[in-house]
Amino acid sequence: MLELNVNGTVHRVEVEPDTPLLWVLREQLGLTGTKYGCGVAQCGACTVLVDGQATRSCSFPVEAAVGQPITTIEAIETHPVGAKVVEAWVTAQAPQCGYCQSGQVMAATALLATTPKPTPEDVQAAMTNICRCGTYNAVAHAITLAGEQL
Amino acid sequence: MEGPLAAAFSAAMPAGRPVNVSRRGMFAAAGAGLFLGLAIPGRAPRAQGAPPGAALRHAGKVTAYLRIAPDGKIHLQNPFVEGGQGIDSAVAQIVAEELDAPPADFIVTCAPPGEDFRVMQGGNARFTGGSFSVRSSFAHFRTLGAAARAMLIEAAAERLALPAASLSTEPGRVIHTESGRAIPYGELAMAAAALTPPDNPPLRDPTTYRFIGRPLPRFDVRAKSTGKITYAIDVKVDGMLLAAVVHAPRAGAQPAAVTNEAALRAMPGVHSVHRLPGAVAVVADTWWRAKTAVAQAQIAWQALQGPVMDADFTAETMLGRLKAAAGTHGNTAEEAGDAAVALTTAARVIEAEYDAPYLAHAQMEPPSATARFNADGTLDVWVPNQAPDFFQASAARAAGIEAAKIRIHSPPLGGFFGRHFAYGAANAHPQAILLAKATSRPVKVIWSREEEFARDAYRPLSYATFRAGLDASGDIVAFQAAGYGEGPITRHFGAARLGNPPIDGSIMEGLTGKPYRFATKRVEFIPVPHPPGVNLGFWRSVGHSMNDFFFESFLDEVAAATGRDPYEMRLALVAHSERHKALLNAVAGLSGGWRRGPYDAPDGTRRARGVAMASPFGSEVATIAEVSVSDGEVMVHDLWVAIDPGRVVNPRTIEEQVQSAAAIGLSSALFEEIGFERGEVTTRNFDTYRVLRRDRMPRVRVAIIESGAPMGGVGEPGTPGVPPAVANAVFALTGQRLRSMPFGRTRLSGA
Ligand code: FES
Ligand code: FES
Repeated sequence: MLELNVNGTVHRVEVEPDTPLLWVLREQLGLTGTKYGCGVAQCGACTVLVDGQATRSCSFPVEAAVGQPITTIEAIETHPVGAKVVEAWVTAQAPQCGYCQSGQVMAATALLATTPKPTPEDVQAAMTNICRCGTYNAVAHAITLAGEQL
Repeated sequence: MEGPLAAAFSAAMPAGRPVNVSRRGMFAAAGAGLFLGLAIPGRAPRAQGAPPGAALRHAGKVTAYLRIAPDGKIHLQNPFVEGGQGIDSAVAQIVAEELDAPPADFIVTCAPPGEDFRVMQGGNARFTGGSFSVRSSFAHFRTLGAAARAMLIEAAAERLALPAASLSTEPGRVIHTESGRAIPYGELAMAAAALTPPDNPPLRDPTTYRFIGRPLPRFDVRAKSTGKITYAIDVKVDGMLLAAVVHAPRAGAQPAAVTNEAALRAMPGVHSVHRLPGAVAVVADTWWRAKTAVAQAQIAWQALQGPVMDADFTAETMLGRLKAAAGTHGNTAEEAGDAAVALTTAARVIEAEYDAPYLAHAQMEPPSATARFNADGTLDVWVPNQAPDFFQASAARAAGIEAAKIRIHSPPLGGFFGRHFAYGAANAHPQAILLAKATSRPVKVIWSREEEFARDAYRPLSYATFRAGLDASGDIVAFQAAGYGEGPITRHFGAARLGNPPIDGSIMEGLTGKPYRFATKRVEFIPVPHPPGVNLGFWRSVGHSMNDFFFESFLDEVAAATGRDPYEMRLALVAHSERHKALLNAVAGLSGGWRRGPYDAPDGTRRARGVAMASPFGSEVATIAEVSVSDGEVMVHDLWVAIDPGRVVNPRTIEEQVQSAAAIGLSSALFEEIGFERGEVTTRNFDTYRVLRRDRMPRVRVAIIESGAPMGGVGEPGTPGVPPAVANAVFALTGQRLRSMPFGRTRLSGA
């Protein structure tokens, strides 16, 4: 039995300790807003915040998350920076199919929480998520808009 | 509607059947007081101004499409599936215009299979693809919205005991201006549903449009920004089990035995182990446990069956087969004059050959399917798909029950680009159905990313040859092009559907349909099959995805050989067409005036530009790329794209689609390629199948030209101009001619 603090709630889960956090979120906790894209830390679709850090949950064993606050897309609007990011995402109309966007929003939230006025290089370094719909320019625009509100 | 794709789908539509498990059941369950879905005898209004015979077969079936709830929310069943292209919002925008209702009041879902939703090809076909959605349904949805509005007015007239002519509407309600009385649509919907839809409802004068042509926001952006969309992979059904599969390393091999089955069954959460056609599945209480177990399965593969892959197959093998066919006589796809004779008199002949690799769709949502057999003998299937009727038919074959007993649910797609057609072994739903049957439980199958890359239906590896005969002054007097291979149309609809002479449009479009006028021309198709074990699919912009690269690069070669400017040469070749001249002018203007270069940019890099044209899916596109070279690789700084889709429903969506289409076009130009070794796919995840990321995304600027020509598509046309514009810019900069995609394979000399 592991104890996880997800979005401010403590959950007890019965699961092999090396299970990736992604699948515990999606399957044991029913939080399917976090997406599976590649499973090998390539695409960023599975990004969540672990103690505020953008983390690729497909490649992060759940046991390593014990004792650390985890924030997923489901709680993003209660995150002071995340709420601003979502508004900017809506204004910029960043998502197309949307599948990569949970991860993009989480990565942008982690970036802006530490760097409210990121340079293009900062964005480049923090936002390595793959978007097959090619929303990279819209996402960059949304990050700029969100930064203006911080 | 034109095009080989539409024709193939239309001819192959499963027979329309009476549907027992009707949409009506689902709609009725959704709430009370509405358009109840009474079976109103279908009549077929004609599109205003349309020629006789161009009947809109289903535009009178208001109740099949629309339900207005008492709270005023307008529920619309869309024949097309939303996957990021904005089709739910676009369709609502069109209906809202004629219904006179706020677009924001719409709730749009993908319609189930059925005759009523075949709005394409004269009311006979339905699929989401070929950039057809808006253009094929525009008249249908305008008429449908207008018919619904007339029915609401009629219902209000009865209720108020006033002549219908004295009533009008404002968004969301019927009004009687004289008395100031108003009734919201939600209160009239039930009575209106019982009325007969009018034959030829008056349509709004386009000069008074308030929604069509405006950059209205897409509906689903907030839900997509907060993780609230339920994709197929997220579907949850009570009591379901989860399944993970491994396919045979080489397509065609069948699992004879799982030698450690007992050990797998003893693993945590595992329910059962199954042998499937060409694959082994583990079913468990969670997908991760199923995946963990199936990864350890020891499988004896034998007995090649079904679509088989050659044991020694590589992509190079296939390219060799295509090249070996060069020079054989092909089927004439386009001909003007006698190019062969003209060639013999030419002062000079220029020849080149081009090729492009197999491509994966690499949509971000891996495939999945959920199947549930119900006590009443029906079957529910949730599956990402672009053509529900085809999936219903294939689910029926897998389940061994009538199609009429199957409900197909079509959730929003986490990207598609052509991935989700009925592609036989590339689909997960037959596996889900077999496993649900075997376990007597609902089962969701999810393919890992590795399984997806290994079993996608790939954009075919392709090859083309060109020959241009020039006269003494350098003008083209003979033009010959040939496309080789097999496209998804041949593979999935059969050679019998290719017409006479047989032409596979999915291999030839982009070699054909170009706007340039040559004194003589011959374009031919030379069929060469791919191994059955390589599945072939429609990939964003289909044949254009490689052919416009081939053709537009070769045209640039001719320009270079004759010392002409490639932009000026194109202008001259489209001198007969105001539309294309305007397009070239527009893209040049957008880029600050045509300048080929090379020149020094302010950042110290040496740069040059290339131009290309494409005529995909009823739209016209011109593209300019600006590049530099760094460490032997091309860096694309800017793309300028002018698109003329004839007419515009939502300019913001068009701009977004062009951005997206340009990104995937550049991705294919620079990086993408499916590899095979000994018949096995070697590029199994994003580490080896490289796609465009932020670090290589250029600025993209878009000009939309509404020429008034018949409406064309917007989802794919931005793709095919990008690879040739980039290759032509690379030539302008380095003198190196790229004749093979992806360009990343070629080290470029510095410039
Ligand atoms: S699913 Fe985790 S990085 Fe792709
Ligand atoms: S929005 Fe579709 S993958 Fe990014």
